[in-house]
Amino acid sequence: MTPVGLKAPPRHAPKRLATEADLRALQRMMLRALVEPLTDDDDLAPRWHDGRPMAEVAAEFIKPNDRLSSVDRLQIYARCYWYRLIDCVYDDTPGLRAMLGEKKFSALVRAYLAKYPSRSFTLRNLSSRLAQFIREEPRWTKPDTALAHAIACFEWAQTVAFDGEARPVLTPDDLADAPPAKLRLALQPYLTLFALDWPVDDYVIAVKQRETLRSEASNVIERGPRAVSRKVVPRPRRKKTFIVVHRYNLKLYYKRIEAPAFKILTALAAGRTLADSVEAAGRNAKPEQVREWFATWMELGWFCKP
Amino acid sequence: MPANRFNAFTDYGIGLGLRVPHYAHILEKKPTCDWFEIISENFMVDGGRPLHVLDQILEQYRVVQHGVSMYFGSADKPDRTHLRKLKSLVKRTKTPWLSDHLCWGSVDGTYTHDLLPMPYTFAAAKRTAEKIRYVRDFLEVPICVENVSSYAEFHQSEMTEWEFLSEVVERADCGILLDVNNIYVSSKNHEFNPYDYLNGVPHDRVGQIHVAGHTKFEKYILDTHDHPVLDPVWKLYAHAIQKAGVTATLLEWDDKIPSFDEVHDEAMKANRFIAGAREAQSPKKRAVAKA
Ligand SMILES: [Fe+2]
Repeated sequence: MTPVGLKAPPRHAPKRLATEADLRALQRMMLRALVEPLTDDDDLAPRWHDGRPMAEVAAEFIKPNDRLSSVDRLQIYARCYWYRLIDCVYDDTPGLRAMLGEKKFSALVRAYLAKYPSRSFTLRNLSSRLAQFIREEPRWTKPDTALAHAIACFEWAQTVAFDGEARPVLTPDDLADAPPAKLRLALQPYLTLFALDWPVDDYVIAVKQRETLRSEASNVIERGPRAVSRKVVPRPRRKKTFIVVHRYNLKLYYKRIEAPAFKILTALAAGRTLADSVEAAGRNAKPEQVREWFATWMELGWFCKP
Repeated sequence: MPANRFNAFTDYGIGLGLRVPHYAHILEKKPTCDWFEIISENFMVDGGRPLHVLDQILEQYRVVQHGVSMYFGSADKPDRTHLRKLKSLVKRTKTPWLSDHLCWGSVDGTYTHDLLPMPYTFAAAKRTAEKIRYVRDFLEVPICVENVSSYAEFHQSEMTEWEFLSEVVERADCGILLDVNNIYVSSKNHEFNPYDYLNGVPHDRVGQIHVAGHTKFEKYILDTHDHPVLDPVWKLYAHAIQKAGVTATLLEWDDKIPSFDEVHDEAMKANRFIAGAREAQSPKKRAVAKA
């Protein structure tokens, strides 16, 4: 399988680098070796993508020394590459890791990175396609693919809420004279709406709390028996849950909302007018309740100009 | 002598890397620190806490930007969106100069997030220098390129690493961020004399120096930035500032980060050597030496 975005390397490394094209050829060649998944023992893959021994290919461009062969030296870079990227996805997705368990999660992350190497200058975006990958290749997460997908989406939303763009907040004055039938409101770019089949917010909070307790326990371990339970966090039970992941005063929040409120916000986000959006909530939403919701959302700074 | 056009004629002393575990301490205690080096990429975001913290730091301290993803040595052209983001950060921090590495790390838009070694060839030097000029003209700020540590060399190379560095900076007419720990690490991995390296680069272009700790493995040394600086690295540092003059110096500590005070104390050790170099630089001493 060719990783997404990679161009084919040359069959052989250029012997001399006389042009920019030669430089590119050499760089394509080394990149192709680095992105090849490591073996189960975390060694460099034994074969180049065309089936030739990796040692033969490495010898075409990397000098050996008296301690390390060409392929040994290439392996140092391959391990650095994989460990750095794997660590980054681990940091981004503690909830998904807890739900799948170490072994399954590790296999998922490696398969993900093998298909989707980074296409961004910043590691911040490394996990951006994980949820999509989980859907595309359910074999890594079955029989929990739907839950894994929900957690992955939810955890990505935290990255977005942490440092996503904040646009100028609409104030009550901005809205005062606008007729609801014409008024459109956009939601802040850092905000994500969720209608999930599990209370993923509670689950992720519980996992994070357990990790904090664990790291505190490991600091005092020399002084006595581990006081903190190592019990795993129980999987979430199915329950329709509506959540907004957002930030307020630079802090990350998960806010539970009710189904009609979710409908209103989704309609606004889709570009519908205020009147249409409130209409979308259906008859269950009482006018005074809707007013109260809007007051809270305005206070939280969720609305901006489309 | 120390300040040159490659660090915008500023006279910066010893700086520290701005790292997340120290944010609270710095913002609350406002400890003395001549300047902070930030990793540009950590602040090339659209909003939220990172930029808020940065603005608070900027109210109190001088900041210099250091990047890890420009990849001057990649065959790819610089990405315009990336450059625009970087430029808006340059305007925010008013960094007097900007550094990134003499390496590659991406091809055709796929990123390794590593600092991969260059093949030391004339064609690569020419291409790299063109890219440095392009970035400098776009950002309108002096550029220093940093030598990386490496664990591999290419058959295709036509010169030593320090000849390559010199070729690039002369062609680009840019500065050098001389990382003495990286020189030490590479000298062990590739068996060259690190003093040949130090003596072989254009000293008047050194705009900044990095010192750091590293980890020794059985068969190679890895540049891990998770230890105090080792003695042979301080010795190289002393030699570097004898050659280049007293230069803005930064201690890199990126992993297993201890308290702010511990990192600060470690960085201040550079003062021992700076005093020596100042003395050697003073006109009186030079006159005596000449006589
Ligand atoms: Fe460095």
